[in-house]
Parts: sequence; C-alpha cells; structure tokens
Amino acid sequence: MKKLKNIFISLSLLFFLSFETAYSDNIKIGTEGAYPPWNAKDSAGNLVGFEIDLAKELCKIAKYECTIVEQDWDGMIPALVMRKFDVIMAGMSITEERLKAINFSQGYADEVASFAVMKGSSLENIETPETLSLSKKSAIVKKTLKTLSEALDGKTIGVQTGTIFQNFLESGDVGNVKVKVYKTQDEVNLDLASGRIDASLAAAVAHADYAEKSKKPVTLIGPILSGGIFGNGVGIGTRKANNSEIGKRDAKILKDFNNAINKARQKGVISKLAIKHFGFDASM
Amino acid sequence: MDLELMLTSLPKLLYASLVTLKLLASSLIVGLILAVFFSIMRISKNRFLFYLSYIFSNLFRGTPLLVQIFIIYYGFGQIEYLRSTIFWVIFKEPFGCAMLALSLNTAAYTSEILRSAFETIKIGYIEAGQSLGLSKGTIFFKIKVPIAIHQSLSAYGNEIILLMKGTALASTVTLMDITGVAKNIISTSFKPIEVFIVAGSIYLCLTFLIQYFIKIAENKFKINV
Amino acid sequence: MEYLYFGAKGWGDELFFAVLMTIAVSIAAMAIGILFSFIFTPLKLSKFFFLRLIANSYTTFVRGIPELLIIYLFFFGGSASLMFVAKLFGYNGYIEINAFITGAFAIGIISGAYSTEVFRGAVQSLDKGQFEASKVLGLKKPVYFFKIILPQILRLAIPNLNNVWQITLKDTSLISVTGLVEIMRQSYIAAGSTRDPLFFYSLAAVLYLVLTIVSLKFFNKIEKKYKVGY
Repeated sequence: MKKLKNIFISLSLLFFLSFETAYSDNIKIGTEGAYPPWNAKDSAGNLVGFEIDLAKELCKIAKYECTIVEQDWDGMIPALVMRKFDVIMAGMSITEERLKAINFSQGYADEVASFAVMKGSSLENIETPETLSLSKKSAIVKKTLKTLSEALDGKTIGVQTGTIFQNFLESGDVGNVKVKVYKTQDEVNLDLASGRIDASLAAAVAHADYAEKSKKPVTLIGPILSGGIFGNGVGIGTRKANNSEIGKRDAKILKDFNNAINKARQKGVISKLAIKHFGFDASM
Repeated sequence: MDLELMLTSLPKLLYASLVTLKLLASSLIVGLILAVFFSIMRISKNRFLFYLSYIFSNLFRGTPLLVQIFIIYYGFGQIEYLRSTIFWVIFKEPFGCAMLALSLNTAAYTSEILRSAFETIKIGYIEAGQSLGLSKGTIFFKIKVPIAIHQSLSAYGNEIILLMKGTALASTVTLMDITGVAKNIISTSFKPIEVFIVAGSIYLCLTFLIQYFIKIAENKFKINV
Repeated sequence: MEYLYFGAKGWGDELFFAVLMTIAVSIAAMAIGILFSFIFTPLKLSKFFFLRLIANSYTTFVRGIPELLIIYLFFFGGSASLMFVAKLFGYNGYIEINAFITGAFAIGIISGAYSTEVFRGAVQSLDKGQFEASKVLGLKKPVYFFKIILPQILRLAIPNLNNVWQITLKDTSLISVTGLVEIMRQSYIAAGSTRDPLFFYSLAAVLYLVLTIVSLKFFNKIEKKYKVGY
C-alpha cells in the first residue's frame, strides 16, 4: 500500500511539475523544421536553414535570448495563440486571412511560388510569361490565369495544408483542379515523384531544394507567381497585442523585431543569408 | 460555444461520412472473405499454410494500423516497378491503399475470432452429427458454420466498431473522410471543441447503428442450444 | 543498413531513444488508464443510476469515437481547455503542458475506458462466496479487500489487461501527429529526410512487433504467477 501511495505522489508531482510559466526575456521561436531551404533539420537532428540563421542574427541585434522550438505546420498558429512559443518564423507569408488571427512584423523575404511537375509530364509545355504578380488584375494576369486553367483542368495538384498555395488553388483562379492536401511538403514531394499527383504548387525554392537533394527530375512550369493571394512576403508572426501584461510584452516583442529587421537589412545581413540559402537575393 | 460553426460543419461532415461508410463497407467485405481463407488455413493440417496464416495474423495484430497504412501508401508508392504494373490502380489512390491496409488488418483479427469460434464448438455437436452418419461436408456446413457464426457475432460486432474507428486513420494519407474534413475545419477555424462534438456525434451514431444491426443479427442466428 | 549507425550520420541513436519514448508513453498512459478505471469501475457498479450514467457515458464515448479524433481534440484544444478550467479557479496565467503529458493523457483516457470494462468484468465474475467467507471469519473490510478480493480481481483481469496494454502500445503511434518523438514520429522524420519510407516504416513495424512480443512474454509470466493455486 505504501508503494502505491509513493507511486501516486510521485506521479502527481511529475504532473504538476510539467506546468511551466514563462515570463522572461527568453523568447521562444516556433518553426516547422520541414520546409527547406527556409527551415529544415540536418541528419544530426539540428534545425538549420535560412530562418534559423536569420533568427540568431535578429536575436543578437534585439538582445534577446532565443530558443527555437519545433512545431508541426498545421498546428502553428494555434500553438502561437496558446503560448507554446512567442513568435513564428516558419516561412509564413503575411496574408489578410492570417492577419485576422495574428500580427505580423514587416516582411523579411519574398516567397514566390511555382508549379512543379516530373520531367516528361504533359504539362511541361505551357506558354506563360516568366513571372506573374497577382496584385493587379491586369489583362496579362487574366490571360495567364486562363492559360493555366485550361492546362490544369481536371488535373490533381498537391499542396501543403493551410498554405497560400492551397488558398490559390481553392480560390477558383485556376479553374477546375483537384486539390490534394498534405500535412507536409515532404509528403507532397513523395506523391509527385510516385505519380499520384500531376503537379505540385509550392515555393519555387522548395521545389529547387527538393530537385537538388532527391536528384529526381523535377521541373518548374508556368510563371513564377507572387502578390495577391500569395501574400506580401514572409514575416514574423506574433500574437495580437492587448492591454494585459502578456499583450504588452507581445507588442514590445513585435516592435523590437521590426527594429531588428530594419537594422539587419541595413547591414546587408538578410541579403547575405538569402544568397547563401536560396542562391539569390530574396530579401525584402 | 460557436453554434454557427457546428451547423455549417454538419453538412460537410455528413457528406464525408459517405466516404467513411464506403471505406468501412469495402474493407469489411474484403476483410471477411480474406479472414475465412486465413482461418481455414489456420485450422488446416498443412504446416506451410498453418505458419503462413500464423505469421500473417501476428504481423498485422502486433503492429499499429498507422504503420501498416504508411507502409502501403508511402512505402509501396516508392517502388518504381509497382507503378508499371496493373496493381498501381489500387496503390495510386489513398482510398485503395487505406482499403487494402484496413482489409488486411481486419482479416487478421477476424480470422482469430473465427478460429477461436471453430475451436470452441462443443464436441458433442460434432459427435452427434457423426453418429447420425452425416458426411464431413454436411457437418461442416450445417453444424459447424452456424454455431461458429453464432459464437463469433458479438466479438465480430466489436471488430466492426474497431474497423470503423480505424477508417479515421485514412485521413493521414489525404483521404477526406469524417476525421480528415474535421481536421481541415479545425485548422482554419481554430475551434476544436465544436468540431469535435459534431464529428464525434456522427461517429457515435455510427457505433450505435452497428450495435443495433449486430443485435438484430444475433436474434436471427439464435440457435436453440 | 548504414541508416542504422549510431552517431551523427545514422538514425540508430534517434530510433533507440524513440523506442524508449514509446515505452515511456505507453507505461504512463497505461498507468493513467488504470487510475481512471479505479474511479470509473466502482461508479459503473454503483447503486445510483446517475453515477452509472456518468461511467457508462465515459466508456461509450471513448470506445465509440476514433482515437485519432480524441488526440486531435487534445492536441488542438488541450492547452486551451486546461487554461479554461484553470480560469474558473481564478488562475489567469499561462499554462503550458508538454507533449509527453498531453499524449500520455490522451491515450490514458482511451486506455482507461478499456481498463474500466476489464475490471468491471473481473469484479462481476468474482465468487460472492469469497465475501461471505471473509465476513464469517470476522476479517475487517480493508484487510479482506486487499488480501483476498484484490488478488482475485487481478487474477481475472490480467489476461485482459494484456490486451489493453497491446492496444495502448499501438495507440501511442497516433501521438506522432502531435509531434512527440516516439517510434512512428522518428520513422516519419527519417523517412522524409532520407526519402526512403519503405525502409523506415518497415523498421518501425519490426520495432513494434518486438515490443509486442516481449510484452506478451512478460504478461504470460505474470499470469502464471497469479494463477498459482488454481
């Protein structure tokens, strides 16, 4: 009986000890760790990528002590709201829909999108301009969207869940496409390679990274897309400020990170990191 | 409590329940047929057949259903040779892969239920049949089978409910069943409790329906023993 | 096979820790489940209809709804629900619960529903004569409960608890969706990184199989020990 009592006491202690409170200058940054080259894990299990390096720089400038926490993409915003971490740096584009739930810093990098197919696909020969910005509804935009709609009609396209790419496909701008939603970009890539989907829509650099690492014949098709539903660049997500103590702390974090981004941009740090990870200057 | 969200998600979830039911029904039928084969193999005197079904049964009962689905969907999808065969039709779609995994899984458990039902038939009934001069085949079909069905019904009813819960795992390989649609709604509305209540209620209704049908079946197969 | 090396290049060490994590979560969940059944089994057998209703609702809900859905509820709503409950008690602070506790608790609730049924069945199959004999011998309630009744409940329950353990062990694979690094999750990460899902998921199956077989042997031993004298 005594043994049972001891076990019970130790279990309850363990249970209560697992509650943490965290009010400090320790900032927790949430990232996915599965979206190269923005954020990924190397074979030793360490987090690496553009945003990991950028986070370290920004924290140095803002004089914060930062820890980077992993979080699955589909739970990213709920985890932020539930205070699992304080900011999000996970290749998350600033969109109006997300601004309803959280705040964003200014953008620090551009995330342009593109369709990708396996070599030999019938979609390889679409005739479109090289880039397309959806922020203005010009005649070229309409014409290109029409070309895409016709080419992609009835095809199955894979996207990661909860992304601007999913929003674009489901918006009807490219007509009648079958959208397959996956938990991670990795799963999209696997099914693209095995032929379960006809094309995948994701960040252009993500496709390039996959092509390079997997040595599979993946090619980009269609225009490089940006603007409009694709948001205005990638920013740091923070909680919406309010008048409580936590809310004021959140507002301060947002201000400090915005200042840090400005300084980093002036020093050319963002451009340097962008070229290192993306191969070109994607900074904003 | 966001009642409006609950009302708007209800039709989407009900539509998705058709997918769940389709998956459940097809896996159940295929699984049952396979289970009959495997349990016959299990009680056979042939050593090879015996071990084959023994390994199959323990393999599928000793590993999680999630692992089985992932191996079939992602693992086999990796094999380039498979894509050129006719089997690719099944493996290409998440429905096919999920149905395959669920059928094999339920076949393993069901074959155990059938096996134990056959092995616990009171020997008195078989001896009675033999003393009446009935042939082996007649004894099997007219005595053993009805008794086995009667004895396994309640355990099989349990297995059907477990299978229904298993269909939820198909959502992890992009199949839009009730759980898949529920997760989608949760991740855009951030209101897990409301969606859970609606989705959970649909599953509970299915559970009660299945239990009701099993009760009817039990009454039909009542043997006056 | 180089995938399995320990150290920086191979996944061997990560998988080893993942196995330990799976075992830890399963044990924690099973323990939580048994604690739940200590509460709910008496409720199920109580004289009061309302108490029986509570216990029956618990087991019906949990055994009739997919585990994955229950885990999503805890994953997406866990902290929020807990903070909501805490607010009722006046605690307005920030509560964070780690993934291990969330996962173990979610599976524990599910495991508890099955354990409740097991103990209920065991108690109901007890020979009433044992109670009467104890009373005749003048033994006090705590004495005869722990020395006579409880061992018999355990003897009847242990084979079925083995089943519950197997279910619990396999259900821990579902916590992978919340990010806790156990066998399934680690295989998922490794498969994504090496783009070799067939190898790693098959390996995961083997690991679970080993755990299942070892548990079976362990439970058989315990069963034998409790069957002494029968």
